[in-house]
Parts: sequence; structure tokens; C-alpha cells
Amino acid sequence: MPTGTLQIRAISAHPGPVPGRGVTREEEVCKYIDVTTCIGCKACEVACVEWNGMPFQETTFDNTYQTMPSTAWNYWNLIKFNEHQRDDGTLMWLMRKDNCLHCEDPGCLRACPADGAIVQYSNGIVDFQQENCIGCEYCVSGCPFNIPRFNSETKKVYKCTLCSDRVGQGLEPACIKACPTGCLKFGTKADLRAVADARAQQLREQSGFANAGVYDPPSVGGTHVIYVLHDATKPELYGGLPANPMIPPTYTLWKRVARPVGLLLALLAAPVAFYHYVMEGPKEPQP
Amino acid sequence: MSSAVERFDNQARRRVGEYGRTVVRDNELLRHPVYTRVLHWTVAIFFILSLVSGLAVYSPWLYRPFSGLFGGGAMTRFLHPWFGLGFVLVFVLQFLNWLEPMTWQAPDRQWLRRIKAYVRNEEPVEPEYVDFFNAGQKLYFWAIVVCAIVFIVTGIPMWFPDTFGRITVYISVVLHDIAALVMLGGFIIHVYEGTASQPGTFRSMTRGTVERRWAWTHHPAWYRRATGRDPRADYEQARQRTGRPSTDPNRPST
Repeated sequence: MPTGTLQIRAISAHPGPVPGRGVTREEEVCKYIDVTTCIGCKACEVACVEWNGMPFQETTFDNTYQTMPSTAWNYWNLIKFNEHQRDDGTLMWLMRKDNCLHCEDPGCLRACPADGAIVQYSNGIVDFQQENCIGCEYCVSGCPFNIPRFNSETKKVYKCTLCSDRVGQGLEPACIKACPTGCLKFGTKADLRAVADARAQQLREQSGFANAGVYDPPSVGGTHVIYVLHDATKPELYGGLPANPMIPPTYTLWKRVARPVGLLLALLAAPVAFYHYVMEGPKEPQP
Repeated sequence: MSSAVERFDNQARRRVGEYGRTVVRDNELLRHPVYTRVLHWTVAIFFILSLVSGLAVYSPWLYRPFSGLFGGGAMTRFLHPWFGLGFVLVFVLQFLNWLEPMTWQAPDRQWLRRIKAYVRNEEPVEPEYVDFFNAGQKLYFWAIVVCAIVFIVTGIPMWFPDTFGRITVYISVVLHDIAALVMLGGFIIHVYEGTASQPGTFRSMTRGTVERRWAWTHHPAWYRRATGRDPRADYEQARQRTGRPSTDPNRPST
């Protein structure tokens, strides 16, 4: 991306400072989801399916307002509905837009054994490259948010791209464009984190949600999709958001350290055998 | 061992034996019948295919070179479980075939206690109690049994991750890796022992026969059972006949 490279640094015979000098544009993007103002209209679901040209399919009705029980390989964005009973006995809707969180430290990318099947752009978007995917589904077990979905026909894994094709052209993701309430916003990570913090503070101080907060879990280095929750101490209520998402050690310490060390130890048998022959010689049949 | 297994093995050995032959010349003993040899090499082929295709997804450094051998990553991922299944299924036959000679016996502990002397080639011939397989071979066999169980138990969840869930998968990956590393190390030692380290051994798995002197050197108790003769006496006799000096450092050389 040539962005920034053509920014003017010096201008001949120009009185005063160079316009724009010292301004650094933050590259990292963020999707902001305020679940407290989501009305569950599912416009984002439709926009996602339309923009990404996904084939329509029959859904499973399980007596809820949810379009289907879980996201699918061709359905990356699903509002999860939970009718939650508060301590005082009253009910409230918890509606959360379930999609890839685009972790700063993505478990899927760490788990993936195929060269080039998952990439992370400098703006933070984590994208699957299906032409390099081998269909092993390690990413599924590496993701703490249960996001990647396998298509058993193509043998490839799919998930939300954060509309990397749109973002690359300076457009916001399709779901953002469709949202009628403004509960979805798109911008830089720093800006939207500040907006989210302010909104959470507002909820705590003015709306009586003492535990309101921002979901931006540090255990995966933060995410490029952040939530404002009424009760940030119980993220599980929102369709199973993990309180402390962890990348399995299989794909961190084991893959990075134990595997190479173990392989070298096993291969040590070869030089041991060779030098045994050199130093001790063969066992000949006697005499 | 149950008699049903014995009957199955005997029948298999006879049936498969009809399709091949083992020529036993003078001064030779039949070591491995056709059935055993076919099983051994089929297991070996599936093992090597599983190993190489598995290494492709083991490390990013190995992905390009090894997946290329099988027509790319997707094909490697498709083939590896089938190679592994082939390995395990054929090894089940080998397990039944070898269960009896591989059963752990009292003298095997004794053999392990003197493993240092074995590794350092300190004794020209093996102790008289060493039967068809020595304790080292038995250990390798039982390591394969354990690893094959680990491979199949952990491999199936990795083959069908949607059915078993992500936690089962990432635990399985670690156990599968450990079993593979044990197998790789054991395999290298096995190839060395079967070829360069012990001349006259490799032919037991190709032509099926060994020289008599090989048998009294490495497996005296088996020599005694197979020939009805005394391995030590035959060894001493042969030694005097050839007039070769003893390689035993404890004996004065003539």
C-alpha cells in the first residue's frame, strides 16, 4: 500500500510549515459494537451475505429470534439473542453480533500449518487465503472464539474478512454501512477504543449499569472488533463470549519450542548410530 | 495367546506363503516366512509415507518441501490419515503375528541390565537366553503398539475435528507429536540395527533366511529351538575349524 509514501515532507520556497507534517495516521482499524444500542434488526447479517456474494441456504429454526444456531461457512455474521433474567426478576435482551474479532495475536494464524493460508494485514485484519488452505481445521481448534467454519465440499475454512476488500478501497465494512442505530462504528483502534470507554462510562454513570465495560481482551493482545457490554464481568451471557480467551499452548509454546527441540532430539538418533558404527563397528556373526 | 489368534496366524502364514517362496540353503535357517516379510514391508511403507506427510504439517520449515512430495498441502492433508490408517491396520496383523515371540519373558530383564555391554560390542556372541527376539527388539515392538494406539486415538479427532471439538483436537496434536517423535527416533535405531550395525540381518527380512552362525551369535536360544543343537558348542567348533582368533577381549588370542 503506497499510503503515506507520497506525503509531502519538504516544499521548495514554501513559507511556513509543511501542511500535514507531523501528522501520523494510525493504520490499525477497529469495528466498534455497542450491544446496548443493538436492536437485533439483522441488517448487518443481510449486508454481510449480500456483499460477500454468499449463497442463501435454509436455516434451522430453534424457537429463538436467532437466524440460525451458529455462524456457518457462508454466514459470517450472526446476532446472538439471549433473553437474560436480571437479579430483580426482570428480563432484558442481550443481543451480540457474533463474528471474527480479528485478534491482534490470532490463534488461528498461530495454529495454521499451511504457508500463506492465513495472513494478518498491518491494519490488523486477519484474513483467510482459501487458495492456500489445506482444510486441516487447526485454526478451528486454535480460535478461542469458535469462529472459523469448514466447508466440507470445498475443504476450506471461511470466516469474516472485516470486508478487507472494502477497507482496502477506503470503505467501511458492509455490516457497518447497514446498521440503522449506529451501534456499529468503524475507524481507527485508538479512536474507537476511546469512544467505547466513554460509552461504557456513560452506561455506568447515567444508565445504572454498574458493570458496563469494554470487551477488548488483552489475553489475545486486544482485538480489532471491540464490544461495549452492559455487564463486562459476565461476557459469557452474550452468546458465549469467553471471559479470558486463550490460545491453546499447543500452538504457542509447543509449536514454537517443543516441536523443533523434539524433532532435533529424535533426529539425534542418526548421528548417534553413525558414530556408533565408526567407534564400535558392526556386530559380525561369529566366527 | 488364544488359539483363535494362533489359528488365524497359521492360516495367514500358509495362505500368503503359497504366493511366495523362501529358499533355505545349507547352513541357513528360516527366520521370517513370506507372510511376516510382506507385513513388515507394508507396515514400513505406510510408516514412511505417514512420517513424511506428517512432517509437512509439523513445522513451517518442512511444509513446502514435504507437502510438495504429495501434490501440495491439501493433498497431503487428505492422504496422511489414510497412510496412518494403513499403518495401523497392517500393524494389527503384524501384532497378532508376533505377539507370541514378542511376549516379555524373565530373561529380558537380564538382557536390559547388560545393555551397555551390548551397545559397546563387548561380547562376541549374545547370552544363551536370547531367544527369537532380544529385549531391545521387544521394547521397540511394544513402543510401536503403544504409539499406534496413540496415533489412532488422537488421529481420528484430528481427522474429523468438527465431531470431536477443538479441545480434543489441540490435546491430540501434542500426543500425536510425542508418539511420532518416539517412532522417528526408534525407526532410525531400527534401520541402523537391521543394516550396518549387524551384517547378515537385513536379508532375514528380504530373503527370509539367516546364516546359522548369525543365529547362534545373535539369538542362541532360538538357534537351540530351531536346530535342536547347542549354540555354544557349534560356535566353538566353528571357531576352531576356521582357526580365527577369538574376538572376545577376555580370552587370550592364539
